[in-house]
Order: sequence, then C-alpha cells, then structure tokens
Amino acid sequence: MSVKNPEYDFKWCPGCGDFGVRRAIDGALKQRLIETERPIEENVVVAGIGCSGNMVHLLEGEQPYGIHGIHGRSLPIAMGVKMANPELNVLVVAGDGDFLSIGMEHIAPQAARNLDVTAVIMDNGVYGLTKGQSSPTTKIDEITSSTPYGKQEESLDPLRLYLTLGVSYVGSALSSKVKDLTSMIGEAMSHRGFSIVHVQSPCTTYNNTYEQLKGNAKKGIAPIAWNIPEDHDETDLSEAYRIVDTGGVPLGVLYKSDRPSLDQRIASKSEKMKPRDLNKLIGSYSI
Amino acid sequence: MKKNDFVVRFAGEGGQGVVTSAEGLAQASSQVGYHSQTFATFPSQILGGPTWTQTRVSTTEVLSSGDELDVLVAFNEDAYESHKSDVGKTGVVIYNTGEFQLDIDGESFGMPFDDLAKSTGNTRAANMIVIGALAYLVNMPQAIFEQFVTRRFTRGRPNDAEIIKSNIKALSLGREQAEKSGFSLGALVPPNKPDYEQIMVNGNVAIGLGALSAGLDVYIGYPISPSTSLLIWMERNLSGPGKLAYQSSSEIESITSIIGAGYAGKKSMTGTAGPGFSLMSEGLGLAWMSEIPCVVTNVQRGGPSTGLPTKTEQSDLLTAMFPGHGDVKLPVIAPGTIEECFNAGIAAVNWAERYQGPVVLLSEMALSERQQNIPKPDVANINPEIRKIYKGENGYQRYEGWELSPMPVPGTPGSYVANGSEHDGMGDTTHLPERHVQMTNRRFSKLKLLENESYESVNPQFNICIMPWGGSKGPALEAYEKLIESGEKISWLYTMFLNPLPTELLQLLKDKELVLVPELNYMGQFSSILRTYGVRAESITQFTGLPFKVRDLCSRIVEKIKQHQQGRMPS
Repeated sequence: MSVKNPEYDFKWCPGCGDFGVRRAIDGALKQRLIETERPIEENVVVAGIGCSGNMVHLLEGEQPYGIHGIHGRSLPIAMGVKMANPELNVLVVAGDGDFLSIGMEHIAPQAARNLDVTAVIMDNGVYGLTKGQSSPTTKIDEITSSTPYGKQEESLDPLRLYLTLGVSYVGSALSSKVKDLTSMIGEAMSHRGFSIVHVQSPCTTYNNTYEQLKGNAKKGIAPIAWNIPEDHDETDLSEAYRIVDTGGVPLGVLYKSDRPSLDQRIASKSEKMKPRDLNKLIGSYSI
Repeated sequence: MKKNDFVVRFAGEGGQGVVTSAEGLAQASSQVGYHSQTFATFPSQILGGPTWTQTRVSTTEVLSSGDELDVLVAFNEDAYESHKSDVGKTGVVIYNTGEFQLDIDGESFGMPFDDLAKSTGNTRAANMIVIGALAYLVNMPQAIFEQFVTRRFTRGRPNDAEIIKSNIKALSLGREQAEKSGFSLGALVPPNKPDYEQIMVNGNVAIGLGALSAGLDVYIGYPISPSTSLLIWMERNLSGPGKLAYQSSSEIESITSIIGAGYAGKKSMTGTAGPGFSLMSEGLGLAWMSEIPCVVTNVQRGGPSTGLPTKTEQSDLLTAMFPGHGDVKLPVIAPGTIEECFNAGIAAVNWAERYQGPVVLLSEMALSERQQNIPKPDVANINPEIRKIYKGENGYQRYEGWELSPMPVPGTPGSYVANGSEHDGMGDTTHLPERHVQMTNRRFSKLKLLENESYESVNPQFNICIMPWGGSKGPALEAYEKLIESGEKISWLYTMFLNPLPTELLQLLKDKELVLVPELNYMGQFSSILRTYGVRAESITQFTGLPFKVRDLCSRIVEKIKQHQQGRMPS
C-alpha cells in the first residue's frame, strides 16, 4: 500500500532483513517501469504467507497487482497468472519455510517448464511469524522452539537444489546490500525463464545472523558471505557447483542459462494449432 | 410380440471388444433414429480384468441402462457365471464357444467369436459377429449396421475398403449363426427418427463441449479416473490464441494455477475426482475468500481414500458444498443426464463469472463413461456470461461494500491484492471484527445471484414427492413414470442446481409432506442438506458402486410411502 492503511496492523520487527528486500523490490520495479515504459499494473506480485508474504502489502512505490495466497503455493498461482497473460511481469515473494518446506514440490516442475517468473526468497532460517520453529535451512543441532534438544535434520542447501533442478537463473544475495540486490532482481526479471534470487534476510528476533554473514573484525568473526569473483562464467554449470562446494554464502549470480520459457514454447506450438471451430467440433459427434 | 426396448450386456475381459461392441450397437441404432445409452464399468488395471458394458436401445428416450437383460453376450465363462442371473425370463445368452461350452438349455446359444472373425480375414471383427447376431434376434435390418460399418471405417486409409468388407462379412456370419440357433426375441418397433440433428457423446465430452461453448480459456488438470478423459479431450480441443490446456504436477497445482488464471481474467477450469478434490480444499477456500472465478469439475467415483476408482457413487456432495475450513458454501451443479452435462458445462463457467468465485461441477463415473444420443446443441443460442470488469483508474477498492463489485484485470488499472487472509477494500489484511462481518456477508450475498435457475415439477398437487439428484435422475424418472402409471399419487421435483437451490423450488420442497431422495451414498447426503432447510426429506440410498435399478427404486419408494402413511394414520 502506498498510503498508510490504519486497518492493516502487521509490522516487521526492527532490523528485519525484509526491509532491505522491500527497498530492493521497490527499486527494481521502479527501474523496470522506466526502462520498459510500461505501466505498474502489468506487474503482479504473488506471495505465500508469513513475514515474507506481507511484502505484497508493504511495497511503498506505485502499487502492482498482488496475490496474498496460501502457504507454499505461490509458484503454481504465479504459473496460472503468467500463462493466462504472458505479457505480465510476475514476481514471487516467499520465505524459506514457504518455498522450501511446504512449497518445495512446486520448484521442480516450474524449473522443468522454465516458467518465466522471478522468485525472491527471503531466507531467515526460521519460521518467524509462528514464533521461531525450525525451517529447512535451520542448521543441524540448532535449538529452536520446535527443536528444544537441537534440530535433528541436516540443513537444506537451496542453491545446490536450484542448480540440480535446472532453474535457469540462480542468484544469491544479502538483504543488507540493497544496491546489489536491486540490480540482481532487475536482471532476474529481465531473464526469460525461471529465475530465483535467494536472499539471506535475517530474523532479528529468532535467528539474527547478521554477524555471521558479514563478520565482526572486533570479535574476530570471519564473514561467511563472500563475493563470487567477477570472472565467474555464469553459463558454466560445473563452475556454479564449484562455487556452492566452496561453502559459506556466495554472493552474486551463480548460473544463467538461455533456453525457451514455457510461454515461448506454448506460443510457438499455438502458432501451428488452428483454433477450434466450435460448430465443427460439435458436428464431429453427429450421428 | 413387438418390442419397444432392447437391453444387451456385453461381458468379458478388457480388450475383448466389450466396449466397442456396446458403443457400436448404440451408434448404429441411433443413426437410424433409435434412442440409445451405454453403460460401462471397468476394473482398475491397464489390460484385461472383468469388464462389462450395457447398451439399451429404445424407441423413446433412454432414462436408465435397463434392469433386465434381453441378451447377455458372454465372452468367457466367468462373465457368464457373474451375469446370468440378470437375464430376463425371455432373454437369451450368446456365448463364445472359443472360450467355453454350455449344455443345451433352451436359453443360450454359442458361436466361436474369434474363429468366425478370423474367417473374415479380420481378427478384430468379433464385435461385428456379435452385433450381426443381435440384429437378427430383434429383427433389425442388417443394412443399418452395414451403413454404420461403412461410415466408421471410411477414414481415408488405403485398407478402408478391405476392413469394411470384412466387417460386413462378420455381420452376415453372426446373423447366420443366430438364425441357425432358432432364437428370436420379437421384432423391435421401427424407430421414429427425430426431426432434429443429434450428436452422440459421453458425459465428459459433453461437459467439455459445454465449457467451450461458454468461452472457457484455460483448463489445467492432473490425471485421475474417471476425469482423465476430460483432460485428454481438453488437450486436444482447447487450442488457439489465448487458450491453454495443460497437465499439472498435482491437484494442488491444478487448483492454484487456475485461480491464478482466473485472477488474470481468464475463464478457467480444472477436472478431478474424489482424492484430487480433497487436495483442492485449501485452494477452493482461497478462491472463495479472494473472490476469483474458476470451475472444478469433480467426476465422482466410489468411497473415501482411493476407494472404488472405476465405479460410480454420489458421495462427494457434502465435500463439494463444504470443501474446507471456515464459513464456505460453494455453488454446486450436478448434471443428471448427458444433455445436462453439456448444459452444466455452460452453467458452471457462467456461474463462476457471474458471482466471481469457485463453482463445483459435480458429475459422476456413470455419466462420464456413458454414451448417449442427445439433440445437437445450437451454439448460436448460448449466452456466455461476461465478467463484470472494473474499468476505472488505479486506487480502486476492489472489495468495498456488501455485494458483488466489478473485478479489475491485471494489465489494466485497478491494482489490488487478492487476499486469502481476511481483508479490507483494497485487499490488505485486517483483523477488525466489522470487516470480517462485512466480508463474510459479502461472500454469501453473492450466492443470491445464482438462485433463479430452472427446475422440473410434475404433478405438484401431490404431497409426497421424489427429488433425485445427479445421475440417479434417469432411473428415478423411469421409476416415477411406472409408479404414476400404477396409480401412485406422487409428485416429481428435480434440478441440477443443488446449491443454491432455485428459490421457488425450495419453497415447493418445504410445502411437501415427504420428499424422497434416491442417492448413491451411505449417509443420505442431499436429504441431510434438505433437512437443514426445513424440508421433510428422507433418502433412499445405495452404495454398491453401481447405479440404481428401476425395479428396486419402485419397490423402495412404495415401501417408504406405505411407512409414511402408516406412521401418519392412527392405528
């Protein structure tokens, strides 16, 4: 909402990484409007639920269309929107619980289809809005409200997962580096096909990872986030895996592949198909 | 004695020609002006398994598949044993001597289906051997079937002539065998060829044709019996600019993606059956809450869980109306005949657009597999509903007010958030009590836009009434006509619009002393809904996986009426 709405009482906690993500999305959308000279109403933001899902209400710039749907299903909803009107720019916003736990089944088919949407994932390694349960990206042995004796599962490696499933644009970013994130989201939206921008967006209340991510020289803590070298060949999948193997949180674009998106494939198939004449179709059942 | 009606059951293994025989007989008979209906039931396996089909040919419209068999065609011994008890007193069994032998019993005759077919040079002509024999038994001219064969196999392929010749030879061989047997069932009365054009389709094709006539744009579905044929049909026929048919990766993906398409301005539908429908519950709640038009066709099968995937039942009515959590009561249209399947396809798409929300088209397996002749629909007379679209500037309060409001389409001004959380006018999340009250009322008030649909009423002067729903309409109507003939004083009420019921119909129902509801489920689902409206309704239930038999319905209705009258009168 561009104007403060007194009825809407949701707030992110102070310092939440999602503030940075919002600035980046607002900035990327604004930039896109200038570059494409298209109106804001040709943009649709599809959200799941949770802290990240509220993004759709909290954008501050010109208001795009939005869907605040159900837990985990933002991708298939986005598919319906995009396939109904391929002219629309469709952005998915989701958290690690929404996208990687309940919604994980939807990543593989969209990667296989190369659906032309951009997913911005706000990974805070915890279920924040339900007050601190473990998520797929919570580290093993970590104590959370739902794992009082430590988490029993290995944490998921989302970037490796995306590469393995064949997502055609995989980027990794930090919520606090807004400028980098803005341009990455912009590039991902221009990418024809399924793009994921995976953002480390710390939860200051339940899983404050700022210090680990960025390091603290005074305390002698080395940052786990590191910049992918500029000479990295983004079209080389084995190089992308090598970056993931290095560990920590690589920042930058890991992988990009240029292949037809689902709407492009369908459009080229549709050209060959004649529209059905309804009278003839009914007539084909005549007795 | 001349016959008006002819019932044949073909029973054997899947792959033996059981289905093609039934459909061939129905097609050929309808081409010359008879009415016909097929019924089929299969095992849930890829090849083989006990399969049977039934064709009823009549001089008047066929309402049910027929209780008693004039002919049982037994392709193997198991089939004979399973079905012989359904053969009527004057009926005949034709059996395949290539598979088994029966003693001469005066009720059956055998012939070697496959050897005879082989002798025509076409091993796949066994079904025409059988049809040739059947034609003789009821004195139908062979020319009817020769024409049918010629039409069916004129496909522009080099071997057309050869195949036609061998099939016609097969008809003659079958006829000769029947002649030799000495059996005859009495001639079928010549048909009254209707003076209007007809088509022959099954229920799923009829739904598809109806939906396309209403302007359907998008169909996204996941394979599940018995709705799969609708997905396959859409993949072939919903094509061209702006149209899309697509196979999803799950029913959850189906429902959520058609919600996305409906939101983006398209008329969208998915199709499924019980287990898939259960998976769609949460999505249906989202469509209801965020007021997005879409249609879910649920072709019912039997039982909870995997249940009876290839049998018929009417046990999803409650879940169709109340699919999930919270205050939701979805519009439901349940067609009872093949013609109504077509009309329901139109109505469901229209309803979704008219009230801006999800609609359930509740069909059933018995309809999806049934082939029947129906009048050819006139597309020129169909009025596809046009969605009320917002055409103003940005800053629109999409959900403001207590009633339906114009819906913005992405790509044009009017940005809002379609929200599954309770929301305000813009679609922003809110927890204010007065908003939840306003929005809940708003969502239910829209159902009023659907209350003026048609219904059937016969003999309204009588205080006891029969009100079936869905596919039980056919057998119930046949039973009703028989009971009226025998002097019972009962009325008939019927509609395919189960929620909301047409307002006038509901009033008529409330005025009845007793409303009897034949339905294929254990719980008496429709009668229980009717009772919540204050209708004195009682069910006549059956849950065998098969449709009602007319004679069973007749006796159960009479029994119910007797009980009612005894209960009412002082002893």
